[in-house]
Amino acid sequence: MITVRIPTQLRTLSGGAAEVKVEGTTVSEVLAALDAQHSGFAERLFDESGALRRFVNVFVDEEDIRFLQGVDTPLDTGAVVSIVPAVAGG
Amino acid sequence: MVHVNGLRCRECGREYPADPIYTCEWCFGPLEVAYDYDAIAAAVTKEKIAQGPLTLWRYSDLLPVHGDTAVDLGTGFTPLVRADRLAAELGLSEVWIKNDTRNPTNSFKDRVVSVALSKALEFGFKVAACASTGNLANSVAAHAARAGMRSYVFIPADLEQGKVVTTAVYGGNLVAIKGNYDDVNRLCAELAGVYEWAFVNVNMRPYYAEGSKTLAFETAEQLGWETPDHVVVPVASGSLLTKIRKGFEELHKVGLLDREPQVRVSGAQAHGCAPVATAWLEESDTIRPVKPATIAKSLAIGNPADGYFALDVVRTTGGGFAAVDDDEIVEGMRLLARTEGIFAETAGGVTVATLKRLAEQGVVRRDERVVVYITGHGLKTLEAIAPVCGPTATIAPNLDAFHEAFDVEEQ
Repeated sequence: MITVRIPTQLRTLSGGAAEVKVEGTTVSEVLAALDAQHSGFAERLFDESGALRRFVNVFVDEEDIRFLQGVDTPLDTGAVVSIVPAVAGG
Repeated sequence: MVHVNGLRCRECGREYPADPIYTCEWCFGPLEVAYDYDAIAAAVTKEKIAQGPLTLWRYSDLLPVHGDTAVDLGTGFTPLVRADRLAAELGLSEVWIKNDTRNPTNSFKDRVVSVALSKALEFGFKVAACASTGNLANSVAAHAARAGMRSYVFIPADLEQGKVVTTAVYGGNLVAIKGNYDDVNRLCAELAGVYEWAFVNVNMRPYYAEGSKTLAFETAEQLGWETPDHVVVPVASGSLLTKIRKGFEELHKVGLLDREPQVRVSGAQAHGCAPVATAWLEESDTIRPVKPATIAKSLAIGNPADGYFALDVVRTTGGGFAAVDDDEIVEGMRLLARTEGIFAETAGGVTVATLKRLAEQGVVRRDERVVVYITGHGLKTLEAIAPVCGPTATIAPNLDAFHEAFDVEEQ
């Protein structure tokens, strides 16, 4: 099982849940499983070309997937995937 | 009087009420304050501004907060000084320094925090919070103290002592995170979903970011209601650069500038953290995040939230970018200090070194009136410069020792 952390902005899609458990072996599979379980996630997270929207950040455990293998990043059982909006500087 | 219609997504244009929210629910794009510019144009005049306080609140008609209830330590209206000795050294003819080291906590962050916490009080928040590379930490802790708010300030654990002490002294909670700024930021984005706090750069961000426009407002007013030809701005998240451009445009929109401003905007980054400069240099439309490794810690944001907008501003205005290394940064700090008597932090070294580089490349031209934004004080980053700054000589307290050490020509 993989835990997906849902940001406040998208919790209307998850019935208010801050975390959702899904199956999957890559980030891509997990996000697809999330959309299958709670319809609407895919169109929020991905643009028309199927790429992650540019202000959507996805982390596996504590690492940005852009430092890993993007949506193809493999996941171990028990991994935590966080969807986090970009925030301004300081 | 506040002339705000609401918030609008910068990415897809969807509109939202003026609430403590910061991202578009649809596309995650950042939300920005949408103003009623006709109402502002009817309300604002140069004379009214001139009669206002000598702080950023003289421009309250162009800000999303009531100025009369502001959390105010006296921020803004910092000196714009003509820098002829620096200009001569760089082969330029007209260079001005906007010296924002002169704010209450010695950086431009007082502008954004003063606006953000004023808005936070309007919303009824009791706790101020932020993720910070240091300057914001100083400012949030100080303004929270002034406003009687509790505060939680989150910083990377490896920050300069000069920024840790100058935050902790104000008495709020200072939380050092074992990670870099991007780790701190991610944690704060998650905390903002848990606690009902005013995170100045998270849920207060649309209002916070507007404070940076006042740098452009002051520049224009101090130049006699004219705009510069070229500005050089340090880039961390990219917000400051974007808002300085917006500030000049708004002045024209509300009738305070006769001509449409044609300001070329150039960005300054450190080589050890240059995601936006790299995209510009490679002519790429994608900004790839980086792991920062630079002495310019206040600019060490590897995943810049407003990077795309900053890139767009530099491209559309015909500016440039440079990514300067640590030696150039230190030399930039010394050059500014030695020619103009202004001691800037490492970010200022980045900006001056970028000006030098762009002048050498002919991007910043000799016929241009140039304004350089110096956004933080050098005492905050003593570690960076201490190895190369010390006594010229250490001698015994007698004339012979002095004469031995110095061959003085002038009497």
